[in-house]
Amino acid sequence: MSEPALSKKVEKSKVVVPEGLWTKCVSCRQIIYEKELIRNYQVCPKCGHHHYLPAISRIELLLDDASFKEINSDLKSGDPLNFKASKSYKMSLKEAGFATALNEAIITGEGKIDGKKVCLSVMDFKFIGGSMGSVVGEKVARAADFAINKKLPFIVVCASGGARMQEGMLSLMQMAKTSMAVGKIHENKLPFISIMAHPTTGGVLASFPSLADIIIAEPKALIGFTGARVIERTIKERLPDGFQTAEFLLKHGMVDLIASRAEQKEIVSQLLGFMGY
Amino acid sequence: MARFCMDFEKPVVELEDKLEQLKSLKAAGTGEIAHDIAELENQLERLKELIYKDLTAWQRVQIARHPQRPRVLDYINHIFSDFTELHGDRLYHDDPAIVGGLAHLEGDTFVVIGTQKGKNAKTNIKRNFGMPMPEGYRKALRLMKIAKKFNLPIITFIDTQGAYPGIGAEERGQAVAIAENLQFMSRLAVPIIAVNVGEGGSGGALAISVADRLIMLENSYYSVITPEGCASILWHDETKACDAAEALKITAEDLAKMKIADIIVKEPLGGAHRDVEKTYYILRKKLIDCYKELKTTCPNKKKLIEDREKKLNSIGRLTSV
Repeated sequence: MSEPALSKKVEKSKVVVPEGLWTKCVSCRQIIYEKELIRNYQVCPKCGHHHYLPAISRIELLLDDASFKEINSDLKSGDPLNFKASKSYKMSLKEAGFATALNEAIITGEGKIDGKKVCLSVMDFKFIGGSMGSVVGEKVARAADFAINKKLPFIVVCASGGARMQEGMLSLMQMAKTSMAVGKIHENKLPFISIMAHPTTGGVLASFPSLADIIIAEPKALIGFTGARVIERTIKERLPDGFQTAEFLLKHGMVDLIASRAEQKEIVSQLLGFMGY
Repeated sequence: MARFCMDFEKPVVELEDKLEQLKSLKAAGTGEIAHDIAELENQLERLKELIYKDLTAWQRVQIARHPQRPRVLDYINHIFSDFTELHGDRLYHDDPAIVGGLAHLEGDTFVVIGTQKGKNAKTNIKRNFGMPMPEGYRKALRLMKIAKKFNLPIITFIDTQGAYPGIGAEERGQAVAIAENLQFMSRLAVPIIAVNVGEGGSGGALAISVADRLIMLENSYYSVITPEGCASILWHDETKACDAAEALKITAEDLAKMKIADIIVKEPLGGAHRDVEKTYYILRKKLIDCYKELKTTCPNKKKLIEDREKKLNSIGRLTSV
């Protein structure tokens, strides 16, 4: 790089302010103050776009302060198939652990919403795309049993690409395991509310979250069974605008309501109230 | 009729063709030619052993997709008697990719459900290549509710690449249709036996396979994603499907080790299509035995549901921090 260009760059960055303080909204492309975005639970204050929110922050968003107690936090995935593709599964797990400081793609536990005790399970998309393998399935099933034993409403927040390929059929079978688990929630007449965040797709959508009494979707979240690319390749035509968004699902009767992060706690609390909690 | 030939079995098919030609000669029964025929038949047997004995996962996928492989309705019609097909989901449509109805097997009445592929271009279009719509899964659910009401055991047959990926399927709730079947089957207090006769394509196959016993034909496969799909996502190269098939552990033998498949049914050498009558005979016998065993092991509804719950809950591998 030549001298003048470099000095010009330095000059420019002086105007722009130090790095890390500002970020760009992926939707409206406007520059946002990073701390404001965090305070706003990663919702763009300019356009309302819902960015990725770590599972830990979602727990803060939904539950009363310091009311959360995690269960089954020690469960970790093995590598049952000894799976190696362009990257090995062991490496993917390791990287996901570093990126999220989590043991797996879901956190489960109990806490309070406006003083009402609930069992809450929250997925984290940054852990291998929030995919469901043996551990995610097991934690959902154990959380459901926990809710049944303690007679707690069962609440899940999903952000997942689907079943985890690297555990093969063991992952697919978690769809049956988790669907059975929430079947028992219904048999015990406990409330089951699911919140579908961006994205909720594939084998996860086709199991426990879709079986809730009430389904809440985050604005503009991608929610669908088959990936858009696969559909386009199969039907050989372009998909309509807004296909598989939360709004599309609402229109087709697949979700009950759409709620922004700011509204979610109040809505869940109110729904639980209607259900006698 | 021209036979469909998979690459790896070319030597077998070529030799079979040669043998046919020789046999069609006028003088086939005499002298030297008879001797050559016997010699070739010997060679053919050895070659078949060699080629078909240790098939790779990808070769089994090819056999599972063989266009001349028996279809689900063939199995139903040859194994059961009095099959009465029932149609429609009472909501929208009758999905030809899912068939079902009532039938007899050895004096017992069963609800029978399966995915149906076509055998040629015309019937494949009619059957949507065996890829069900939400309506198909809802038809299956309706039949399972009949099973519940009349306390009838269920046998399902699986042969599908997966649930149909389309706009209408998404609009009408492909995911929730599958999820509802998973939930219903996992808690339904009648014996359920699932048989994978060909392709077990992901959630679209699972939606009618939650069962007390899963039988897999020797060359069937069952996978969380198609080998091609997996290769394109994890290898960024669809031609690596053969590696993906190996890595995903999708064969009957692999799945028996994982305690997902319970019974493996041997196929005639080279695949079910090479001797269909024998395949129907073997599978029929296995189904009768399996149902008998299930009734003995789980004599009442409580035990049936408990065992199914244990079975589903036991699948998966965990470690602790």
